Order: sequence, then C-alpha cells, then structure tokens
Amino acid sequence: MSSTSSAFSAFAVRPAAARQLAGTGTLLRLALRRDRLLIPVWIAVNALMVLSMPGTLDSLYGTPAERADLVRQMETNSSLRAMTGPVFGDSLGALTAWRAGVYAAALAAVMSLLIVVRHTRDEEESGRQELVASGTVGRRAPLTAALLTAAVADAALALLLAAGLSGQGATGAVAFALGVAGTGMLFATAAAVLAQLTESARLARGLTAGLLGAGFVLRAAGDSATADGSSPLTWLSPLGWQENLRPFAAERWWVLLLIAGAALLQGAVAYELTGRRDLGMSFLPTRPGPATGRLGTAGALAWRLQRGGLLGWSIGFLLAGLVYGGMTEGAADLVGDNEQARRIIERMGGQAQLTDAFVASMTGMLGLVAALYVVGAVLRLTGEETSGRAEPVLACAVGRLRWAAGHLVIAFGGAVWILLLAGAGYALAYGKDPGGVLGACLVQVPAVWVIGGAAVLLHGLLPRAAVAAAWGAAGAVLLLGWVGPALDLPRSVLDLSPFGHLPKVPGAEMSWGPLVVLCLIAAVLVAAGLAALRRRDMTT
Amino acid sequence: MTKAITVSGLHKSFGRTRALEGLDLDVESGEVHGFLGPNGSGKSTTIRVLLGLLRADSGAVQVLGRDPWTDAVEIHRRIAYVPGDVTLWRNLSGGEVIDLYGRLRGGLDARRRAELIDRFELDPTKKGRTYSKGNRQKVALVAAFASDVDLLILDEPTSGLDPLMEEVFQSCVAEERDRGRTVLLSSHILSEVEELCDRVSIIRKGRTVESGSLADLRHLTRTSVSAELAGPPDGLAALPGVHDLEVRGNRVRLQVDTDRLDAVLRSLTDSGVRSLTSTPPTLEELFLRHYQKDATASAGAVAP
Repeated sequence: MSSTSSAFSAFAVRPAAARQLAGTGTLLRLALRRDRLLIPVWIAVNALMVLSMPGTLDSLYGTPAERADLVRQMETNSSLRAMTGPVFGDSLGALTAWRAGVYAAALAAVMSLLIVVRHTRDEEESGRQELVASGTVGRRAPLTAALLTAAVADAALALLLAAGLSGQGATGAVAFALGVAGTGMLFATAAAVLAQLTESARLARGLTAGLLGAGFVLRAAGDSATADGSSPLTWLSPLGWQENLRPFAAERWWVLLLIAGAALLQGAVAYELTGRRDLGMSFLPTRPGPATGRLGTAGALAWRLQRGGLLGWSIGFLLAGLVYGGMTEGAADLVGDNEQARRIIERMGGQAQLTDAFVASMTGMLGLVAALYVVGAVLRLTGEETSGRAEPVLACAVGRLRWAAGHLVIAFGGAVWILLLAGAGYALAYGKDPGGVLGACLVQVPAVWVIGGAAVLLHGLLPRAAVAAAWGAAGAVLLLGWVGPALDLPRSVLDLSPFGHLPKVPGAEMSWGPLVVLCLIAAVLVAAGLAALRRRDMTT
Repeated sequence: MTKAITVSGLHKSFGRTRALEGLDLDVESGEVHGFLGPNGSGKSTTIRVLLGLLRADSGAVQVLGRDPWTDAVEIHRRIAYVPGDVTLWRNLSGGEVIDLYGRLRGGLDARRRAELIDRFELDPTKKGRTYSKGNRQKVALVAAFASDVDLLILDEPTSGLDPLMEEVFQSCVAEERDRGRTVLLSSHILSEVEELCDRVSIIRKGRTVESGSLADLRHLTRTSVSAELAGPPDGLAALPGVHDLEVRGNRVRLQVDTDRLDAVLRSLTDSGVRSLTSTPPTLEELFLRHYQKDATASAGAVAP
C-alpha cells in the first residue's frame, strides 16, 4: 500500500523521469534470467584465470630474490612487456596484477559489451523489443536494464576477485578488482553508445570489439617502449589505465576516477542518443538498395554477407602488423645486454636471435587472434541456419555442400589473407627481412585452420551447441597461448593447442612436419563436419 | 495422371517428440492441393521433408518422381518454395533477394517479375529489415511466381498479407494452375483453400485424417437445414443421420448427414414447407469437426 502511494507521488513529482525508466526492474530480471548461464560462465573463467595466478607464480618465483630478479628482467624485456604490461612491484600480488591484469580486464570488457548489445540492439533488431516496448516500459528502460545487467556481472566479478586476492593484501585486491570491473563498465557504456549508432547488433559488437583490440595494440606498443607504463600510447588505451592503477604497488586511486568519469560520460551520451531516436532505427540509417540484383550463386551470397566483416579484420590486422613492425627494432635494443631477459625471451620465442624471437612471439599473437576470425566466419553458417535464412536458399537448386563451401572458402582463405596483410604491414614498418616476417605470419595458418576445422565439425555434428563450443575452444586456445608459456605449464597441456606445435620462425629451424600434420588434421575435421552436415536434419 | 508428390507412411520424430506418425499425401500433377491442419499438426515438418531439409525416419516419399533426400538439388530446380515466415538478409534489398532466389532456381522470367512487383505493390529497393511482415512475404511470393518451375510449395504463404494482396495472391495461384503447374498450399485461410483447391488433405497429430476433393469431403459431412413448416414436424428425431434437432413451434433447425438428406426432405414436405434454407457444409465446419475431436473425446472421458 505504502509502496503504491510512494510510487504515485514519485510519478507526480518527477513524471518525466519516472516514465522514462518505467519497467526497468522487470527488464533487469528478464535479462538476468536470460543470462543466468552466460554471466556465471564468463565470471568463473575470468576469476579462475586470475585466482590461480598467485599459486602458480609462487611456485615459479618463490623467493624474494627470484621475484626481484623477474622485476629487473621485465624492465629490460620489451616484448614480454608488450604481452602483459610492466611489473610495478615484487610482491605476489603485484606479480599477479602484472601477469593477469590486462587479460582479466579484456575478458571483463568482452563480457560487458556482449551483455549490453545482447539486451539493446539485438532485441531491437530481432523485433522482440517492439512487443516489450508496448508494455509499460519507459524509453530509456531497456538501456538502463542492459547497463545494470552488465554492472551486476562486473560487480559480482569484482567481489570474487577482491575476496580471492585479499590474501595478497586487501587494498591491492580492491584496487585490482575495481580496475577490472571498471574496464568492464567502460566497454559496457562504449557498446551502449555504438548500439545507438548502428542498426545491426553484429556491427555494434564488431565496432566495440575493434575498440578493445585497438586498446590492446596501443597498450602493447606503449608498454614495449617504456618500462613504467608512462608512454602516451599506453595512456590512450583503457587497458593501459587499468595497468596504471598499479594494484599491490602504491595504488594510484585517481586512475579509478578517470575510468569512472569516462564510463559515466559514455553512459550519458548513450542516454542522450537513446532518448532521441525511434525504436529500431539508428543514427546511421539504412539507404535504399538496388531494385535488381546481380547475386546469382550461394558463393556470391556468402561473399556479400561476409565481406564487411573481412574488411574490418583486414584493416585491424594491417594496423597491428604496422604497429608491431615499428616496435621490433627497439625491442631488441632494450633487451640486448641482459642475460636473464635473454633467456626468458628465448624460451618464449625459441632458440634464436632476440629480434627473431620477438617477431615470432608477435606473429604468434596475431595467429591466436586470427583463430577468432576463422571461428566467427565459420559460425556464419550456424547463424544463417538457425535464423531460417538458409532454408529458402537450400530449397533452391543449391546443395548443402555448395551452400557451406562459399562461407568456408571465405573463412579459411580469409585467415590466410589477414595474416598476409599483417605480415605485409609488419615487414613494411620493420623494413628488414620481409621473407622471414611473412613466413612467420603464414606459419600460423595451419593452426588457425585446425581451429576453423573444429568449428566446421561442431556445426556439422551439434548445430545447437556449435556457437558456444566453438567460441569456447577458440577462447581456451587463446588463453593457453597468452598465459601458457610464461607460466611454465606442462608440455602436455600446451600441446593441446595447435599453436604449440608451430615452428618458432624466424630464428628457429623451419620444420614442415608439424605444419603438414596440422593441415591434414584440419582437412579431416572439415571433411567430417561436411559429411555430418549432409547427413543431418537442418535446424530451424 | 502422374503424381507430383506421393507420401505414404511417413514417420518423423525429434527426440521424444513424434511429429509425424504415418502421414499420407498424394498430390496429382496440375492440381492445387490444400494442406490443412491445426498448429503443430506437422504441416511444416512434412514440407521440410518434401524439400529434403529433414530426413524421413521411415515411409516412402517422392517429389516429382524422385527421392527428396538424395536428389534434392535436381528436384529443387523444378520447385519454388515460400515459407510462412520469411527472414531476409538485413543488408540486401528485396529486388536483390528476388533475383538471387530466381537464379538459384535456374532462371527468372524478367517480364513476369516486373509484372508481379507491380501487382503486389512491392518496393524492391528497400532493405531486408525495413520490410513489414507482409512485404517480406511478398518478396518470397514474387520470387516464387516469377520462377519457371513445375511445383510450388507454399507454407502458409499469405500470413500478413492484406485482403487486397490476398486477392492478388489467389489470382496468381489460379494462373499457375491454368499453366498446368502443381501447387501444394498449406493454409489456415479456409476461404482461400475453398476458392483455389481442387483437393485437400487434412492432417492432425502427424496423421492424415481426411483426403479428397472438396465435393467428396462435403458428401461425408452434414448439411444444415432450417425450415418453417405448415404444421408441427413429425418423426424427424427418429430418422437416421439427423443431429442437433431444434424444434420451436413450426420452426425446425437440424443438421443431417449429407447422404441422408432425401429422407429428411421427404419428412419435411409431409408436414408442408413454407420456407426452406439448406446450407452445404463449409470447409470450416468440416475442419472444426476434425479439430474438435480431441476436445469432445476428452470431455467424454471426464463426464460419467
């Protein structure tokens, strides 16, 4: 009774604001109900990665002397800094923040951007929002509910991280957790803005993920140039802010203000935009298309659907190649006179000249990211099938293999293409040894194809589970490749990833054996996936 | 006359759900065949089997004389399909999609395409997401009617069309029939089926419960008769095949099995007929009779 009357009075006092947010609570519950699996899985993966770190690091660098040694090495090892950021202290907590911080923040960012787009633009694009909005739902309620859902997820993650790391020092644990969750909200609000600007959820997700990728590349470039995270390039990247918070090493709390301020600013922009537009419309409106079309084959259709995405990946890989190529020369100079740093980087890049090892680790990173491209491109098959768009195409004179072939050529050929572009950019900026650099990029292809082949097999066998399973496999490989080598994980674990079998060229001996075997595995996976696709029922 | 589609004893299960349990369907070449059944009775599943998108668990299926699972592509060159819910690619215009479907089927009649776009009042320059439901259906309908094929498979194709467009659709189907093409039309709009179809099959819970020409089916059902008589009616209740008899003074309303109509009319004329209306059963009644079997059966089970 009293709640009813207070709701009424709130309505009378601030009718506009109340109306704008009507239904937010219900929508928030709906979003949490829909994500009851997705959010806990993201949080669990992230927390496991971070919370396993102190123990692993303790077994690797148990004594203060060993840790102090590591800190000195990092000051001179620019390529390792490019991967993980600089280290600001020799406590276990500081080492954990150094080793896991960037990746925990990036994972939180991906989780948050997916949540926000899923509950805003995805809902509008599918038409579900229309029915929801016809209820007592305020104009800004869906966006508010989506941001609150992301906030709930980030807060839960922060609580877990703070509690789990409190053994290393409560202050540092809180700073670390807030930095990770803050980065999550930074990308949640960025996604909220981009979801207002684009009409397609896919584009909104792609652009926000592109921002995250740019943030990673900028931070990597900045951190390889300076040992204390002070490069302007690092400060341009939100991932650099998280690292400059310096948890467990004389925390700089004011950086949190920077993160919070930027998130609030982006949130305000998204709010302003969402109040000004029609439901389902965007600020980048759809133009009319041609009245007649030239598309005439399933392959041409696949190209038309995927070319935009491939263009984005091409630009990203070319730029990443240019940035890493520009860093390569300086990396070898910095590391040149330190014996222990030499040993670490040699372990990461193989027995070879330091520059070559740097090239090998950077191109290895590009290869891991290319695995994400190939999974996304293969899963377009699943998307076409489950959306019902494949059905009328397959009811034409198009066999299932021809239908799949178009997408697969783009996925597997596109992976070669973007790695070639990255190699070209790298060689151009580096200015030396173009053959070696291109070779180091192309050597990644067989491992990327194995991941793509796994996605094809999953689509053929388990179309309903393919999306989650294929992204899960790609994510696992990515984590193994990023955090695996420096953690001294057992060989048998590292060997699970196809990338662990690649020769570390340039520098190490080129060995064709593993490449041929990986190509064969990829071919078998694709063939098995296509055979399964031909035999099973199409899903709708 | 050759058969365009023959299905006998078709079974299909999804896990524990049994979607089709011995469905039979025969479609003659050159006829418009109505395919009726309540929601969830297995119409779309049957159509997906006919298109080779689903594999039959058991039973014999032939489309245009071939097996749709093994010879899907060859059959599809001679088929046009319109689903009940058309999803388009957001960044392709309607015109592009029409041409794409046409080319994938092996050719489109450009003049017919232009004529159909005109008749359906479709703007082919709009892009996928901006079409309303009815307009998305029109995109698929134009692509189907403009294709040079032998068999059209239409799965509730007019959902979302306005009455004017419904009329355009009906005349298009009539033209297809006049050209000797075969049409399998799944629909819930019974007036549409009554207007267009030579024969119909009614399915329920994955089985065919009735199949034949509309005249045949009507013969199996009841005619409603209402009459005003000169005197009180006599002996009507005792006649075989009379149902739902209602007598109010000299007025009589009743339902009679159509093959028992003679005896009822004789009995009425014996009492002297002042006025008489007799309505043949509509498809709707025919339909409801089959659909409501469940409801009456379960009600009967509850009642003592």
